[in-house]
Amino acid sequence: MLATEYFPILILIVLGLVFATVFTLAGILLGPKSRGKDKEMPFESGFASKGLVGQRYDVKFYMTALIFLIFDVEIVFLYPWAVKFRELGWFGFIEVCFFILLLLVSLTYVWKKGALEWE
Amino acid sequence: MDVLIGILLIPTVQAVLKIFVIIFALVMPLATVLTLMERKWSAMIQDRVGPNRANIPFLNNFRGRGALHIAADGLKSFFKEDFIPEGADRFLFTIAPYFGFAAAMATFAIIPFAGPIGDFTFQITDVKPGLLYIFAITSLGVYGTVLAGAGSNSKFALLGGTRASAQMLSYEVFIGLSLLGVFMVYESTQISVIVNGQNTYWFGNLIPKWGVLTQPIAFFLFFTAMIAETKRAPFDAPEGESEIVAGYFLEYSGMRFAAFMLAEYIALVGVSVLVVTLFFGGYHIPWLHLWESAPQWLVSLLQFMKFTIFTFFFCWLQLQIRWTVPKFRFDQTMALGWKKLLPVALGNVVVTAFIILIAN
Repeated sequence: MLATEYFPILILIVLGLVFATVFTLAGILLGPKSRGKDKEMPFESGFASKGLVGQRYDVKFYMTALIFLIFDVEIVFLYPWAVKFRELGWFGFIEVCFFILLLLVSLTYVWKKGALEWE
Repeated sequence: MDVLIGILLIPTVQAVLKIFVIIFALVMPLATVLTLMERKWSAMIQDRVGPNRANIPFLNNFRGRGALHIAADGLKSFFKEDFIPEGADRFLFTIAPYFGFAAAMATFAIIPFAGPIGDFTFQITDVKPGLLYIFAITSLGVYGTVLAGAGSNSKFALLGGTRASAQMLSYEVFIGLSLLGVFMVYESTQISVIVNGQNTYWFGNLIPKWGVLTQPIAFFLFFTAMIAETKRAPFDAPEGESEIVAGYFLEYSGMRFAAFMLAEYIALVGVSVLVVTLFFGGYHIPWLHLWESAPQWLVSLLQFMKFTIFTFFFCWLQLQIRWTVPKFRFDQTMALGWKKLLPVALGNVVVTAFIILIAN
């Protein structure tokens, strides 16, 4: 049962991969080839590239990833409640309100700390 | 003959046939046409003529109002040089387009395109987790952009890739949050349950319980977050033409570039299809059940037409938004998400729960 339900998804993903492979191979096989030192430089608006790529970048991106982890994991806890909250009634509602309040507190903390500011 | 029918009754065989029909007859052609439509529509908005030069010389220079540009673009990218810049990580560079493609196509696995005829459904597979599966798959798309950005050995590409990763991760949170209200109203994450839930009515047979009516705020949040997730304008800072040229796929050329473009337009169709399924009744036509003597095949045909018309509309709406709304700076995109969409979505969840519990 599980197999017949999920097998089509596997086929679809494989189809997507086959497409991408065909695209890549078509480009490699049909296109012209020419090499050259200047040509192979990474594009930088016509200037010669200076320094290495990806030495350091803004710590904000790491912060965003951390905030994402916290919030996404906490939202996962809300899904089971969302589907069954009619049976859980007011008790569940108050519990979740408390939970969401905690989420908002953490959001306010992150906000006040300036982790959401990009300058 | 009996053997053939026997083979056709195997669920997996049916699923494979459905996959090929949906992908090759519906999604792919629509995505390709959209690439041209975007150029034409932007030309119309900006009072230009737009692409109209491609012609067939021995057919009286037939131009078809620029429609031939679809074929011309395709052919051109086939015969362009495939190019990998110096110092690029060849493995990451090669596998990056695969993720976008697989993620964009996998969305269509659980979308019902019309109502069932007997036991035959117009849905490839109706998995129980439903939308949770969509969340899982869309997050795969992040890998494509990040690997493309990191593997290209180009500063612009790296900037685009990091921006894209931060933006897509953030907006995944809001997509998940905005749909919580929908899960609560229809009491399931399974697509078929949500779609059938939208075929019930308020006040007898007066107003259909479409998602956009039961969860109007969720609709706006979801649509906004989905546009940001597919990195289309106004949220196109990861690709920002005016500053980082093309962002994460800057160094891609020829067919690999075409793979990124096509994946983007397939994702665009995917967004429209999801919006229609979750918020506009899916394939259900309101009040059609009142016509009791309707033959099932006709009902399914009408439902399919309704579904495609609504899908076209939302594809067009996304083009229109792209060429109407000025683009956000990257900090504005992130601020809109974390400072506005997130609190509003959380409030929406609480208010929805409160109203439903009061009504019970």
